[in-house]
Amino acid sequence: MEDIYSNFDLVLSAFWLTIQLLVISGIASLVFGTVLAAMRVGPVSVLAKAGALYVSVIRNTPLLVVFIFVFVAMPKLELNFSSFLVKGVIALTVYTSAFVCEAIRSGVNSVPMGQAEASRAIGLTFAGSMRFVILPQALRAVVPPLASVIIALAKNTSIAAAFGLLEATARMRFFTNNNADDRPLIFITFAIGYIIIVEALSAGAHGLERRWRIAR
Amino acid sequence: MSTVLFDTPGPRTRARHRLYSVIASLALLGVVALILWRMYDTDQLEYEKWEYFVTPDYVNVLLVDGLVETLKMAALAIVFAVVFGLVFGAGKISDHAWARWPCWVVVEFFRAVPLLLLIVFIFFTYGTGDGIGSFWSVVIGLTLYNGSVLAEVFRAGINAVPDGQSEAAYAIGMRKTQVMTIVLLPQAVKIMLPAIISQCVVALKDTSLGYYVLAPGLTAVGKQIYTEANNQVQVAIVVAALYIISNLVLTWIATWVQRRYVGEQKLEVFAVGYTASGASA
Repeated sequence: MEDIYSNFDLVLSAFWLTIQLLVISGIASLVFGTVLAAMRVGPVSVLAKAGALYVSVIRNTPLLVVFIFVFVAMPKLELNFSSFLVKGVIALTVYTSAFVCEAIRSGVNSVPMGQAEASRAIGLTFAGSMRFVILPQALRAVVPPLASVIIALAKNTSIAAAFGLLEATARMRFFTNNNADDRPLIFITFAIGYIIIVEALSAGAHGLERRWRIAR
Repeated sequence: MSTVLFDTPGPRTRARHRLYSVIASLALLGVVALILWRMYDTDQLEYEKWEYFVTPDYVNVLLVDGLVETLKMAALAIVFAVVFGLVFGAGKISDHAWARWPCWVVVEFFRAVPLLLLIVFIFFTYGTGDGIGSFWSVVIGLTLYNGSVLAEVFRAGINAVPDGQSEAAYAIGMRKTQVMTIVLLPQAVKIMLPAIISQCVVALKDTSLGYYVLAPGLTAVGKQIYTEANNQVQVAIVVAALYIISNLVLTWIATWVQRRYVGEQKLEVFAVGYTASGASA
């Protein structure tokens, strides 16, 4: 236990890398996932099919295999990025976008049909009914599923440990290698770090839900 | 929904959509062509890079040491996880606080901790040397994580059965155990089945984490092959394809079982005075 307290800055810098991975790939996958969701619900059937194919392929591929593609296979195609962080973010984004897309699509689909019909019936245009009726409701419905996708992303950053990024999980392995007697305590310390991140995310999601709550 | 939001497209809009389709198809074809050209340019389409996947010895290794081990790991983990989930899920809705709180702590802890962190801890603490080995480290890690998720699913499923059901069961004189096993569980299973199926797919995908602790399985065999043959791209594609196929088969079987034994309909229980039209959402 000595070791982990005297080297606590190493623990913190490891979690800092975890948070960097989480934030950058979180934002990137929200953007890319929204584009995918728009493709899937849009009127162009080629794009809708391409989006559906992407989602079902990625959802059935383990994240670790996506990491193998980015870290091991892509350099063989001479598509190499020097920074490990960039490669980690690419792998996490490719994977998480598919889940973001599904969360958004299910949120939009959860708005009852009658709402759209009613907004058209009172003469709102497509843009108007989207702006005033559908999207405000979809946004609220999307928060809980999106929150669980982002929480899963926070935990998935740990897979970067297997590919040379010295984030929290990789750091724990180093500590447990050097301190055979304290392994459970070291595990608990790192687990608490992850739990804090996860709890912060879910508290944020609950906050948004409460803030945006309306009487239906 | 999208059909309601638009006016029926006229000739001009249809022409515009056709144009979009053509542009989109060209762009997608362009992406595919770019990837193929990249692979051609770096000699990844050469036959000897792919030869391993038609050589019987390698196919054997890939399927027996890889796929079968992976499926074995996933099957064991799912069975143990269902047992774990039932025990802790029942614990979480227990009437006794001394049973509820420990179950709550265990379930929340294993749900919040990344699976890889758990597996790394189990392997390097109990798995190395004379320990339980990497195979069981992964199985135990998967059991704890998926079991905790399933415990939450079971709890939610049982709570989703309308109160009237258990009240009626108590009213006709059933005991607590009878209410649970005869009335609540059979109805809850119908509600929970989709969530259980998707958790099975998650467990199967997560067996790939064995890569980090050198557990047997598809990813480990893949690593052996590409270190020997230097065909990383091809191995990645084949391993991904095997995972995708097994997941699709698993989903297909599970959906079939659900249709066959539980019925296609989602559970709909109408209380008195509640009509079907009210459930349009």
